[in-house]
Amino acid sequence: MIRLQNIHKSYITGTNKLHVLKGIDLHIKEGELVSIMGSSGSGKSTLLNILGLLDNHDEGVYTLNQEEIKAMSETKAAKLRNNLLGFVFQSFNLISFKNAMENVALPLYYQKVARKKRNKTALEYLDKMGLKDWAEHMPNELSGGQKQRVAIARSIITQPKIILADEPTGALDSATSVEVMNLLKEINQSGITVIIVTHENDIAHMTDRIINLKDGRIESIIENNKINSKETIRVPQE
Amino acid sequence: MFDLDKWQEITAALKKNKLRTILTGLGVMFGILILVTLLGIGRGFQNNIQSSLGNFATNSTVFWVEKTTKAYKGLPRNRSYQFTNDDLEVLKRSIPELQDIAPDINGWSGNATNNTFREDKKGNFRIKGTSPEMNNVNPVEVTAGRFINQNDLKEFRKVITIGPRVQELMFEKDEDPIGQYLKVNGIYFRIIGTIKPLSRNMGMRDDVLQMPFTTLQQLYNQGDKFRVFLATAKVGESVADLEDKIFEILARRHSIHPDDRQAIGNFNIAKMFNKIFGLFNSIGFLFWVIGFGVLLTGIIGVSNIMHVVVKERTKELGIKRAIGARPREVVGQIINEAVFLTTFAGFWGLVLGVLIVEGIGKMTEGDPNPQILNPYVDINVAFIALGVLVLFGVLAGLLPAQRAIRIKPVDALRYE
Ligand SMILES: Nc1ncnc2c1ncn2[C@@H]1O[C@H](COP(=O)(O)OP(=O)(O)O)[C@@H](O)[C@H]1O
Ligand SMILES: [Mg+2]
Repeated sequence: MIRLQNIHKSYITGTNKLHVLKGIDLHIKEGELVSIMGSSGSGKSTLLNILGLLDNHDEGVYTLNQEEIKAMSETKAAKLRNNLLGFVFQSFNLISFKNAMENVALPLYYQKVARKKRNKTALEYLDKMGLKDWAEHMPNELSGGQKQRVAIARSIITQPKIILADEPTGALDSATSVEVMNLLKEINQSGITVIIVTHENDIAHMTDRIINLKDGRIESIIENNKINSKETIRVPQE
Repeated sequence: MFDLDKWQEITAALKKNKLRTILTGLGVMFGILILVTLLGIGRGFQNNIQSSLGNFATNSTVFWVEKTTKAYKGLPRNRSYQFTNDDLEVLKRSIPELQDIAPDINGWSGNATNNTFREDKKGNFRIKGTSPEMNNVNPVEVTAGRFINQNDLKEFRKVITIGPRVQELMFEKDEDPIGQYLKVNGIYFRIIGTIKPLSRNMGMRDDVLQMPFTTLQQLYNQGDKFRVFLATAKVGESVADLEDKIFEILARRHSIHPDDRQAIGNFNIAKMFNKIFGLFNSIGFLFWVIGFGVLLTGIIGVSNIMHVVVKERTKELGIKRAIGARPREVVGQIINEAVFLTTFAGFWGLVLGVLIVEGIGKMTEGDPNPQILNPYVDINVAFIALGVLVLFGVLAGLLPAQRAIRIKPVDALRYE
């Protein structure tokens, strides 16, 4: 599903050049539930944004769904993001002047789905999230957990192949975090590849595979069963 | 075309910053309003001048008697003289470029006391001696009956045509004045026609009484003399050349020194017309410039607000791009907003402008001596202005929209 070979990324701020990703090699198979871990500033979001076509890499080969991602038009990228990918953000990123249902339905708007039909679909997805009664509520009337569930519904309404979640539980209390993680696990069980960026150990431990980033390089990759059998080489301590 | 989502996007975005939206909208609205009002008033000015010039012949000249300023042929300077009816015949015969020549004789108006009577009605009217030629130079419209003809002149008939004000004051509404008599300065005249002035030049007003100029000469014991006449050149002939020829012949006939131009008063009306038309054009141009300037201010306001709005919504646009909005949709949304704002505000400016111009029209309607006559908004011009505004609305939206899609989605998402 996702294959990265020697991916580099630098940011240029003024005269400084910050080398953030220093040669990432990674293979994520279809249907995996993966977490990317690392301390703050280690390049997790940068990596996820490149995977999500929100940013471009400087060097290396990125193959997404058997297609090499090179410099492409923004129109093409938007289409891929819409059909293939779903995003969940730490800060939810709901549109403030649209109610929950309209927020969930928005990706279908860009697929030219008729209003009635996409609102109906949005209601179904909200129902799955246990939020049917909140469909008409505006984002500022929802709790953090509710907002994130709306965002998750929005990310899966187009039935994408991959969900990219950047610290999805970062703004939530631990009980809600577990709820959200269970939702993401459920989504994964339906066959969708899920990639979660986190710096929380217990969140990472709920995934099949942990990719540890340090200083722009993959320090270690740990399989879930090895985590549990304590054959771990090293798990970063926060 | 109409799409509830687009609509919601537009209104939500503009509502988010109500005050700024309203101020910008007002800017555009006043731009259109001022443009429309100025053009309407400009048209009113133009109508007024045009109606006072009316159908007055533009290639005309006026002559009047003055005193001689040079001694000539044994005659002293400072001598008075008058034109004669024979002068007219000679001028007509000897100048082929001459189209029409007509004495302009004013009757005694009775020093602001009543000079005209009929039964129990009376009035003080403007008496003018006229001729069929005069009606080519300073024309009136005959609304009933006929105008004065050559036979009336030859036979010194006591016949008159009357202006609308005379008819109004001397007759009841349902009375037919044709064939009726008016007592003017003690003499009875038969009314042969009712007329309406087509210009307000040379003392032509609605309260005019016209009689054959020969009749007027006889009644006032002026013999065959008169002091003022109008002349027109044939189409394509120079009025200045005509003036030279007329002066030459008149000077010879009245023993005036050939260099004594001051002895015969002369005014080239054609020149004045040209000046007035020039003035029209510059006033019209000025109005356009002012109106357009104001409009431009409004447009700059719109592009300014779009710039700010796009900047403030960078993050929102980033979210939309992350979930699949294509550049076309992002740009389209921003342009929709700009066009909506300019069209909506511009439309109300147009409506208000038309109402104001109509109000001015109503206010000046009854004025007998208006500065502005029938101002109106040329609807084509109004729509062109609105079209220009919408076009600039698109441009105003385009620049910030381009900026919105030039930055990477990740940067847009990070923007706070
Ligand atoms: N747009 C950018 N411009 C400049 N520097 C950036 C930009 N985005 C991220 N960085 C820097 O790159 C490094 C990695 O950032 P990020 O990938 O967000 O880290 P993480 O998500 O692991 O905390 C940080 O030092 C950050 O300051
Ligand atoms: Mg991060």
